[in-house]
Parts: sequence; C-alpha cells; structure tokens
Amino acid sequence: MTQAALYSLVAGGLAGIAVYGLITCTHLLRRILALNLLGSAVFLLLVALARRGPQAVDPLPHAMVLTGIVIAVSATAFALALARRYHGRTGAERLPEDGA
Amino acid sequence: MVGALSLPLAFFLPLLTALAVFLLRARRAPWLPLLGGAATAAAVADLIGQVAREGPQVYHLGGWAPPLGIELYADGLAALMLGMGALVALAVTAYSGAYLRGQGHDAELFWPLWLVQWAALNGAFLAADLFNLYVMLELLTLTAAPLVAMGGERAALAAALRYLLLALLGSLVYLLGVALIYGATGTLHLREAGALLGDGPAAALAAGLISAGLLVKAAVFPLHIWLMPAHSAAPAPASAALSALVAKAGAYLLLRLWLWTFPALLSVPLGWLLGGLGAAGVVYGSLQALRQTRLKPVIAYSTVAQLGYLLLLLPLATVAGAAPHAWQGAAYHALAHGLAKAAAFLAAGNVLYSLGHDRLAGLHGLTPYLSGSVLALGLAFASLMGLPPTAGFLAKWELLRGALGGGQWGWAAVIVGGGLLTAGYAFRVLAAAHAASPPGYSEIRPPRRVPPVMAWTPLLLALALYLLGLSAVPALGLLEQGAPEGLG
Repeated sequence: MTQAALYSLVAGGLAGIAVYGLITCTHLLRRILALNLLGSAVFLLLVALARRGPQAVDPLPHAMVLTGIVIAVSATAFALALARRYHGRTGAERLPEDGA
Repeated sequence: MVGALSLPLAFFLPLLTALAVFLLRARRAPWLPLLGGAATAAAVADLIGQVAREGPQVYHLGGWAPPLGIELYADGLAALMLGMGALVALAVTAYSGAYLRGQGHDAELFWPLWLVQWAALNGAFLAADLFNLYVMLELLTLTAAPLVAMGGERAALAAALRYLLLALLGSLVYLLGVALIYGATGTLHLREAGALLGDGPAAALAAGLISAGLLVKAAVFPLHIWLMPAHSAAPAPASAALSALVAKAGAYLLLRLWLWTFPALLSVPLGWLLGGLGAAGVVYGSLQALRQTRLKPVIAYSTVAQLGYLLLLLPLATVAGAAPHAWQGAAYHALAHGLAKAAAFLAAGNVLYSLGHDRLAGLHGLTPYLSGSVLALGLAFASLMGLPPTAGFLAKWELLRGALGGGQWGWAAVIVGGGLLTAGYAFRVLAAAHAASPPGYSEIRPPRRVPPVMAWTPLLLALALYLLGLSAVPALGLLEQGAPEGLG
C-alpha cells in the first residue's frame, strides 16, 4: 500500500468517527469537537492527494488546506462563543430538542 | 461604464461597504449601507447589460489565471440571480434601518453581517471553481447564524446553534466531495472537472457528498429542520434574506453543479432521487404550511415547498422533450420565489411590528396601518400559487409544459398539486386577515403605525413580480447566454 492510500484510508476512518460522534453525542462541546475532527479528516485527505504522484508535491491542495484551516478556526471560535452564550443564558449544555 | 470591472465590483462593493460601516459605525453614517447597496446594484445592472450584449463574462482576479488564480464567471443564469439578489438586497437594506430601530435590535451588529452576506451571495453566484464555492458557502453560514442569534433570547441562540452545526457539517461534507473530485480529475473548475469526471464510482460518491452538503444549505426535505426555528427567531429582514437568498443559493448551486459538473450522472437514478426529494418537499412543506397557526412559520414552510420545485429540473433535464422548458421554468421559479418570499417576509415583519405578534387568529379586523402589507402578501402569494400574470405563473407554466411535453405525468401531478396546496395556505392567511373582529373585541395594545419605507418595500417587491411576469422575453433571452447544452 502506498503512503497516499494509507493516509486516505485514515482520513476516511476519521470522517466516519466524526459523523458518528456528531450524530450520537448531544453535548454541544462534543458536537463542535466532532465537526473539528471532520475538518481534520478532509484536510488529511487533501494533503494525501497532494503527494500522490512521483513528481513534485502539488501546491494547490496545500493552499486549500491553509484556507480551510483559517475558516475552521473562525467557525469553531464562533460556535464556541455561541455555545457559551447559550449556556450562560440557559444553563443547558444541550439543544432543547436533544433533551436539555 | 466600468467595463470589465463590474464583475469583480459586484462582489467587492458590498464587502468594502461592510468594512467601512464596521469601522465608521452605522450610527455615524446611517446612509452608508444604502449608498453601498445602490453602488452594488449599479455594478450588477452593468454586468447584466454586458452579459446580454456580449455573452458570458470571465474575470481573473489580479490577472492570475486558474488553477492558482481565482476566476469569476457570469453567464445568463448567474446574471439573472445577481439581479434578483440585488433587488431583494436593496429592499432589505432600505427596510432594515427602521425595523431594527423600532424592534430594539442592535443595528451596529446587523449592518456589517448583512453586507458581508450580500457579498458572499454574489460570490457564490459568480464563483467558477469548487473551492471558492466552499469559501462562499462558509461565509454565508457564518453571517446567517449570527443574524439568527441577534434576538439574543434562548430560542434565538438555540436556533442559531442548530443551524450553525448543521450548516458546518454540510460544508465539510461538501468539501470532502470536492477533495474527491480534485483527486479524480486534478482540477477544481466547474466545467473542466465535469468534462474529465465521467460517471464512475468516484464521481458518483463525490456527487453524493456534494449534494448532501448542499441539500442541508438549501433546506430541502428532509434536511430542512434548521429552517423553522431559525425563521421564527430571526428579525424579519434577516428572515427575508435567509429564505429568498441564502437557502436559494444552496439550491442554485445544486442545480449548477449537477448541470455543469455531473451531467453524466444525471440520467438514473441520482437525478430521480433528487427530484423525488424535491417532490416530497413540495408536498410536505405545503401540508405543514396549512397546519401552522402563525404567519412567519407559514411562509417558512412555504420555502421548503417552493425550493422543492427547483429540484424537479434534475429528472426533467434528462428527458429530451422536457429539458428546455423545464430549464426556463426552474430559472424563472428561482427568481419569482426570491422576490415573492422576500415580499412576504417583509410584510410579515410589518405585521409583527404593528401588532406585536403574528398569530393568524389575531390578524382579523385589520388596522389601516397594515392594508398595504396585506396587499403585498396577497400579491406575493398569487405568484407563489402561479396565477397569471405573475412571474410565478410563467415559472410553473414552463415547468408544467416541460413535464407534459416529455410525457412525465408524475412530475406534472406534483407541480399542479403543489400549486393547489399553495392556494390552500395562501387563502387561509388572507381569509384570516380579512375576517371581521368578533363583537366586543379590543386589542391588548393599540396597533403601532408602520413607517412608510417599511410599508412600501414589500409592496414594491411584489409589484416587481408582475413586471417580471410581463417581461419574459428579455429575461429568457438572457438565460440563453451560456446555458448548458441541450437546455438553451
């Protein structure tokens, strides 16, 4: 098995864990973490794709991952701030539909 | 006028205005959002003229060609969506100042978010590669969620969180599909990837992931669950933008990607599956709208139903006799629904503003302050039902002509049935609004006067529907520019 294929498989496994966590965990913090894990899985897949051929490393997926990390950081920050505000207002750690 | 620059300006003007409003503070420069909005609309109008005269327009940001540079691309469909977006966005911009002041919302927070949302929307209509679309989708999410949370109470925060979590999941699943496409083809360009992709298993998996991500954004049944709480919590102008533009952008991208990037996969059974989801949305959304007891949820469920119509294009696009009519009908439906839904939500905002609630049972014995808003609501509903001479009539007529011309009786039944159900909930609202007050009834608090700018904006949007219904020839001519093969 090539290195790229191995990393792609790991990325697939991570994505599966993340989606499973997102569906089964109702705690807001765990859900935000699951989204982060899914992001990491996608970034890992992109970095693995950049290294596939025998030729030099493809720079485009790296640019995409950099942009993606910036977006993921700001989205996580906003989600955490919103969750904190929600917790402060209601004392709940779960959304009302999930039995807060 | 500004030549080739109007294409990037349509994206950068609202963005720069947002920055300026954020730095100067809206309180010190209350005219700034409207000025930036008018300039954006002028750039969009110039761009529409260019596309109509010279065909699709391409612009490379900073002179860098793809794959390293960013390409903006405007064809007829993008130009029409930009034009509809500009009309709705101008109305929202004009409406919001008075509404936010009157309802005690913080306008300082609203303006930068709303203007960045407009920029992201234009960017999503103009982006020519899959990764820029991801960035624009994230920007739309990250601006829409705080607008939903603006109310600050428990329900608004919960709705914003639910929307944010679902939408981020949608974006990441979309990005996973994009990574697969890049792995399979080595390009991110919408058309180039489409030409290289074929219909193998990798293409099908990527198309499935991308569609799942966009279905969340477009609030297509059964992934519409974020839409109801978000609409109930958001201020009325933010609701108008969310339904008419943000969810619409998701549906638009779904159609664009299927017709430009995955046409080889459209035949069976994925196109039919998506069309089936759309049809289920038409039926489910309309039935739910019939059951609601408040005005804003009726309009919000109507969005689930009306966005379902757009997906009916995908199964019809593969049928030779049906494709051209269905294409025109779906494009016109996207325009008509945007204008009608924005008019309806702004009118509902006036009801909330004047009465302090939007319960259907309490609408009776209308105050004179709301007569214009109820007229706008009626005109918008007429277009959603598909009554002539509105733009909505033209849209449903063309869709139906396509379905019948291609012998697709099942889809035709959905189109007609959905129109009838729309009439059901529309007349329910209008009947409630026109009922006489019971004897001895008195308001808990006297209705508030609606400022003229708020009374007029939904009415003007609703009238635009009738203009659009009567000016089909230039609009459909514009749609031909750069239409996908077999549809133009």
